[in-house]
Amino acid sequence: MASDQATGGLQIHPMDQFIVKPLFGGDAIHWYTPTNVTLWMALAVVCVVLLLVIGTRGRALVPSRVQSIAELAYGFVYKMVEDVSGKDGVKYFPYIMTLFIFIVFANFLGLIPMAFTTTSHIAVTATMALAVFFFVTILGVVKNGIGFLSLFWISAAPLALRPILALIEVISYFVRPVSHSIRLAGNMMAGHAVIKVFAGFAGVLGVGAVFPLAAITAVYALEVLVSFIQAYVFAILTCVYLRDALHPHH
Amino acid sequence: MEGDIVQMGAYIGAGLACTGMGGAAVGVGHVVGNYISGALRNPSAAASQTATMFIGIAFAEALGIFSFLVALLLMFAV
Repeated sequence: MASDQATGGLQIHPMDQFIVKPLFGGDAIHWYTPTNVTLWMALAVVCVVLLLVIGTRGRALVPSRVQSIAELAYGFVYKMVEDVSGKDGVKYFPYIMTLFIFIVFANFLGLIPMAFTTTSHIAVTATMALAVFFFVTILGVVKNGIGFLSLFWISAAPLALRPILALIEVISYFVRPVSHSIRLAGNMMAGHAVIKVFAGFAGVLGVGAVFPLAAITAVYALEVLVSFIQAYVFAILTCVYLRDALHPHH
Repeated sequence: MEGDIVQMGAYIGAGLACTGMGGAAVGVGHVVGNYISGALRNPSAAASQTATMFIGIAFAEALGIFSFLVALLLMFAV
């Protein structure tokens, strides 16, 4: 892809921004090598700590600006878990809050020019999606025992249709981590690649570059929205899966 | 111009897989359009259904994601 030798005057490498590089020189990447992925993930964690630990340190009755942002985020996610997963899903609220806040900050940090978007890598999002998948499956089996299988046996449907529906339900259940992870990674990757393509146009157009620049501004604004919505969608789907695990009976 | 026909087929297939985006676009547009028309009829019930709309969008979008997955597989795995 990006390594193709383009011979024309227009050279755009929109995928180069996603290359994983070691931070301290060299090319070899082992599991312990600090890379730009490590750096930007750590920065996301630092931002979360700054907002939620340092920002709420005062515990003021009339919250400061940072504290009220943290309280709004907390209330927003809490209400989402309560609405979608039900009252007994609230016990797992810390996990969903962690996922949501981390993804929001990883997405937004990736929007800084020259930054690296950790959530654009399927390896990163698949780890989170698989963690959710195993957590939800194990929770469902522990809570409901063999009754968890009634998730696939839709008792509202006519009896003749149930085996076919059960097959479809089983397939869609195991496809969940795939769509869960690729939705986030694909959205982040595609959006950043679009911005880079327009930036490549701006580089060769001279004075005419105002049009690609206007397009970049518009796409960037859209990306800010998409960054938040994708984190929201990831969290709300986790809530839906959690509800299925807690109440498998349709 | 040498190069094997398998790779050409893979690239054409990857391009064709992008038509799946259109289907996802229709699906997402349908979900949001119906949400808006419902919300304009009964604005007081709209706020409680926003989460449902996003879940619907996510499911409609999942099928578009599979076409993207097919394109990725054709480009890098075949």
